[in-house]
Amino acid sequence: MSILLDENSIIIVQGLTGSEGTKHAGRMLSSGSRVVGGVNPRKAGTEVEIAGTSLPIFGSVAEAMEATGANVSVIFVPPAFAKGAVVEAIDAGIELAVVITEGIPVKDSAEFWAHAKSTGNRTRLIGPNCPGVISPGKSNAGIIPATITDAGPIGLVSKSGTLTYQMMFELRDIGISTAIGIGGDPIIGTTHIDALAAFEADPETKAIVMIGEIGGDAEERAADYIKAHVTKPVVAYVAGFTAPEGKTMGHAGAIVSGGSGTAQGKKEALEAAGVRVGKTPTETANLMRELVASL
Amino acid sequence: MGWTSVDLFEYQARDLFESYGVPVLPGVVADTPEEVRAAAEKLGGTVVVKAQVKTGGRGKAGGVKVVKTPDEAFEAGTAILGLDIKGHTVHRVMVASGARIAQEFYFSILLDRANRSYLSLSSVEGGVEIEELAVTRPEALARIEIDPIAGIDTAKAEEIARAARFPDDLLPKIAPVIERLWAVYRDEDATLVEVNPLVLTEDGEIIALDGKVTLDENAGFRHPNHEALVEAGDVDPLEAKAKESDLNYVKLDGQVGIIGNGAGLVMSTLDVVSYAGEKHGGVRPANFLDIGGGASAEVMAAGLDVILGDDQVKSVFVNVFGGITACDAVANGIVGALEKLGDTASKPLVVRLDGNNVEEGRRILAEAAHPLVTVVDTMDEAADRAAELAHAAN
Repeated sequence: MSILLDENSIIIVQGLTGSEGTKHAGRMLSSGSRVVGGVNPRKAGTEVEIAGTSLPIFGSVAEAMEATGANVSVIFVPPAFAKGAVVEAIDAGIELAVVITEGIPVKDSAEFWAHAKSTGNRTRLIGPNCPGVISPGKSNAGIIPATITDAGPIGLVSKSGTLTYQMMFELRDIGISTAIGIGGDPIIGTTHIDALAAFEADPETKAIVMIGEIGGDAEERAADYIKAHVTKPVVAYVAGFTAPEGKTMGHAGAIVSGGSGTAQGKKEALEAAGVRVGKTPTETANLMRELVASL
Repeated sequence: MGWTSVDLFEYQARDLFESYGVPVLPGVVADTPEEVRAAAEKLGGTVVVKAQVKTGGRGKAGGVKVVKTPDEAFEAGTAILGLDIKGHTVHRVMVASGARIAQEFYFSILLDRANRSYLSLSSVEGGVEIEELAVTRPEALARIEIDPIAGIDTAKAEEIARAARFPDDLLPKIAPVIERLWAVYRDEDATLVEVNPLVLTEDGEIIALDGKVTLDENAGFRHPNHEALVEAGDVDPLEAKAKESDLNYVKLDGQVGIIGNGAGLVMSTLDVVSYAGEKHGGVRPANFLDIGGGASAEVMAAGLDVILGDDQVKSVFVNVFGGITACDAVANGIVGALEKLGDTASKPLVVRLDGNNVEEGRRILAEAAHPLVTVVDTMDEAADRAAELAHAAN
């Protein structure tokens, strides 16, 4: 097993005919993922040839699901139209929608999340502004390179794309069950906590690496969650210890987050929950290596 | 690239409020003591001279003065302009009419990341440091969730006002102000709209006396007017140059220039270089620079050009993990950039490449054998080497 995505996942791409959609659909196909079509109302009924596969273009997500049995949509639609695309995926009731698009206004994300919630959260949303999900050897929904590592017992969740790749690379001798890039935007569909819960429930995942970054208080809340609900060993890395005080959300923002959002604060919260925190990606990988050896 | 937002100056927030029908006092910006005097003459009577800086605590720092005459205003302008408030130099003040305040309230709408929603905070105890109030008297701060789709209608505005325990007889006056502040939040793609204090004057009027607005830069495409608001800020010249090339660059004050791909990896690179610097004379990162996915020769040259233009930089660390980006493209980018820059490139470059097409990337750099370039295999070792070189040149 793995989480969210496995060899039975059937994938459509919203925005398939755009340059990013075409490029990454090709990569997904090459890594063995079952990409079966795309959605573009203006090109419905046509076909595109990607990586030696002829993919039909449908007029809507609902039509694509009906025709192909797809249960996953990967969204590359540009920022100005992304909200509409996500809402369409939600209304079609697809199981998983992975929103890769970068630069979506926060208001649009808040609105599609509110829509998902008010319609009963039937669709799991990942992102936006994220690299997607990969269960190595099984399926790849997004832009994470499939060649970094093979399958293994470690679950990985991260806000950052390149740090996800770096950590998969560091741990390539052990392997990954599923890696999820949840994205770094202020409002995201799947949080560290959601991913931790899924990894905890997945028999194939034996240990978890969590990567955080400065800002917000998602890591602090994840720490509380780990303490209360996660029995599997967790190792963490937090980026931004030496980052200067960035653009803040103003005074009121600090109140809501209930913390300073600093890397040090996050590290302390995680350590208090029994999580070992590495100083660098390499050190974090070494902590995981020690841990896996002792399992 | 990461998500970014931009804080407005108080006078910009005031103007924005005014355009949405939120009651504000007359205010005039001034950049010299003479302009402050002229503004005070124009407004007449008692005025307040307020430093325009994007940080709190300006009152305590001497950045706000109440004056009765244009001459006093001139003196206040002289004292405040050029003042340093928590590292922010005051280049501009706002001269605002004085208010006869009967009572001060607090109101804000902001993003609630944890609940993936919006939140309004309000209190009858305004005018104080709101973080302090949240800690000392949390019961005095009413928190009401705002549904992003439903927003704030009259009923919701009244619910907020009641929860804050604003006086009942003021509801007809406060509720419309709350609705208009919501319109600012929604229609301007704000992530924070804060009024502190929201005052009741002795004449019974509700006025937004001081405001703070944060705008979502992702929404810039549907707000062509936001660009002018953002540009009014004082920007570091290197940051301005980087912005011209669409680079995500932040100037820091260390000696090791940093170029990487992906905000998270670059942040991590800053950390690793800082740790390495502890062993090499305390050298630190000179900047944050994320070149994003496509590391073409042009992007790499633009990035190197900005970094090498920083006199504080003694060495440069190029840290790339080839995920989507191929390492050979990055290597070609580096070689091309150095050719393009010619003699202006004079500082040692430490390069660490991993991931997609790494062998080819390393081969290209080895073949070019540029005297300034050292290729190191791992991120930690490369950081150490870059710190060592910066220390040696310092």
